[in-house]
Amino acid sequence: MSMPFYVAPEQVMKDRADFARKNIARGRPLVALSYTGGILMCAENPSNRQRKISELYDRIAFGGVGRYNEFDALRIAGVRAADLKGYSYSREDVDARSLANQYAGILGNIFTHEMKPMEVEILVAEVGAGANDDQLFHILYDGTPMDEIGYAVLGGEPEAIAERLKERFDAAADLQAALGSAVTALAGPGRQLVADDLEVAVLERGAARRAFRRIEGPELEGLLPSPAS
Amino acid sequence: MKIPRFDRGDDPGPSFVELLRQSGLAPPPPTTTIDNVTHATTCVAVRYADGVVMAGDRRATSGHLISHRTMEKVYPADRFSGVAIAGAAGPAMEMVKLFQLQLEHYEKVEGSFLSLEGKANQLGQMVRSNLPAAMQGLAVVPIFAGYDLRRGEGRLFQYDVTGGRYEESNFASTGSGSLHAGTVIKLGYRSTLDRASSIDLVISALFQAADEDSATGGPDLVRGIYPTVATITERGFDRVTEEEIAERFASLVERLATPDSVADVGVSPTISTDRGGDTA
Repeated sequence: MSMPFYVAPEQVMKDRADFARKNIARGRPLVALSYTGGILMCAENPSNRQRKISELYDRIAFGGVGRYNEFDALRIAGVRAADLKGYSYSREDVDARSLANQYAGILGNIFTHEMKPMEVEILVAEVGAGANDDQLFHILYDGTPMDEIGYAVLGGEPEAIAERLKERFDAAADLQAALGSAVTALAGPGRQLVADDLEVAVLERGAARRAFRRIEGPELEGLLPSPAS
Repeated sequence: MKIPRFDRGDDPGPSFVELLRQSGLAPPPPTTTIDNVTHATTCVAVRYADGVVMAGDRRATSGHLISHRTMEKVYPADRFSGVAIAGAAGPAMEMVKLFQLQLEHYEKVEGSFLSLEGKANQLGQMVRSNLPAAMQGLAVVPIFAGYDLRRGEGRLFQYDVTGGRYEESNFASTGSGSLHAGTVIKLGYRSTLDRASSIDLVISALFQAADEDSATGGPDLVRGIYPTVATITERGFDRVTEEEIAERFASLVERLATPDSVADVGVSPTISTDRGGDTA
């Protein structure tokens, strides 16, 4: 009987983390930020079919970066959990915090027990009555949950994007200003992003029930600065 | 509530009903007959130029007793469709809740809307799966109506207790007062109906049904309770305001109260009050 080579647990974890991090960084980024009318989510995504941002529940949205099939499976699992909870209890009882904790559990479990960690980072956002009540839960590939204040950056080169977003972030901004900050932060110096490169959605603070709304087509073009300026 | 995870073979796909079954949350059908459960009664729907108008009375009965005066029987199913229910109230409301969730769940999981045809078929399957309960006295018979965005017109569907789905071209009615309400609509229906005249028509139909059927509630002027009326057009599902319904009822009642507009109700049988011999 052959003995497997001994590998230190620290090394195993580091290898897995490096693997996941490297592949996530290769993908295009996503940012989310509070603005006066709700939460804006904006991702670099030239596809109109494979969404990175979607609706989870009345006031809750999901964002994912990395490997599409993996975060999409997580998204569907979240929709199921939210709808089942709302059905069994009440629609008010569905909250982002509990969903985020469960996502953290799943990702953490897969990171330690499976052959391969998930190459994704996800965001669970819930819009509140005011910007201070907005919740942004950012969950890493290893299940580490982070409760972000004001804005969150996933994928790409997160440090550089967060740096740029921090400079311009203002929770009292209107939608157009918030979208401007998000797009500038995503693009970085010397790059311009147009409507076709972007996937944009908002969770509207004042919505009666379903707060999630995509901003696309002419509406998105109208909100973006014209290429000449 | 745990995040559900499924093996590939058990995956419920975009169906919420299947998800409930897989999660063990679907209630078992009743095994014995249940009598005198709360019943919801008369609902009607009429197609008109801009879409469909749906209406339902507000009474719920248990046997001979009125159990609820303000029941809602017309619900939005999603933005562009509505469902009206008649039959056992508990299972009916559960069916509406499930149907609404089913449509929303599909939309979220798949990222696209079901076609109106698809929604009508889904409701048919739900009525069909209620058949074991219907055999025990818990029948639910809905009307489904919606604005078909692909065709650009209103459409309406009637069901039978087995889940049979019948698309109606002009109007539909369901519930204990449906015979009377349906006749009123049949006589008053014109292909040129607009919003106002179709609302007047359904209001008149429910009034006449309430006049003949004890399980159908008429307008309750004392408490200010009126039937629910909603329109479904390209702008979506819109509930007609209580004030407008009250106004239209008032003019209906006024019209009916003029001497030559009401059928003679006949002379009431009288009993002599003469006691014979007594002097006043």
